[in-house]
Amino acid sequence: MKLAEFVCFEALIPELKSNDRDDAIAELVLALDKAGKLGRGNREDITKAIIKREREASTGMGKGVAVPHVKHPAVKNVVATVGQSSTGIDFSALDKQPVYSVILLISPVDNPDKHLQAMESIFRHLQQEKFRKFLRQSQTVEQIKDLLVEADENPSL
Amino acid sequence: MEKVTCEAEVEIKNAEGLHMRPAMQFVDMANRFECDITVSNDKSSVDGKSIMQMSMLAATCGTKLKVKAEGIDSREAVDALRVLVEEKHFDEPLPGAKTKNI
Repeated sequence: MKLAEFVCFEALIPELKSNDRDDAIAELVLALDKAGKLGRGNREDITKAIIKREREASTGMGKGVAVPHVKHPAVKNVVATVGQSSTGIDFSALDKQPVYSVILLISPVDNPDKHLQAMESIFRHLQQEKFRKFLRQSQTVEQIKDLLVEADENPSL
Repeated sequence: MEKVTCEAEVEIKNAEGLHMRPAMQFVDMANRFECDITVSNDKSSVDGKSIMQMSMLAATCGTKLKVKAEGIDSREAVDALRVLVEEKHFDEPLPGAKTKNI
């Protein structure tokens, strides 16, 4: 699956306002909501569900990235967005280091395979040091978008 | 000294597949052992001790993975991982059971 198929470019946040984990999650969900991806009246419930999931086990996989996510009936298709923090966010990450890139993902409840395919696509790129570095250096929506589009075309990125 | 290796095919049984939580369980279990552990599907081979790499497998329910261990405790490692994946199915519901939000 290509990133461009499920990442909502209108909801990208090049600099998150908050460096608190829960507030950063709320910002990203709000951005997806504003982009019209979450249907009516689901924003709060989705935010709470993602935070609850995050409390159970951190999605901070190390190397400055976190992938908070949830399966929720509000969405029919996988939808995701990316937020950057130049100061870093404490995600209780596996390596105890701050998180600079947050990829937030919401998947439908009834299609576990789609969720796995989206995760595969995200981690295939997050694995690459170059991709993580470029993502961290991106300062505008355009730059993040260009990086994601380029990553879809270039398997080594 | 000759390297001890052990290999087994395991099938993902839980309905939600190898999403992040089961992948974490797998990696935690793998890290209890000294041996190197490689997990492969028909497309790629990844380090069974790395959560990022394991998440790349996108192993859906029914997917068969090859687990290969190399090192002194490879047999124990492969046995433990097989039990986790196939017998315990990560303590998650099998297909047909009612799914809940994750």
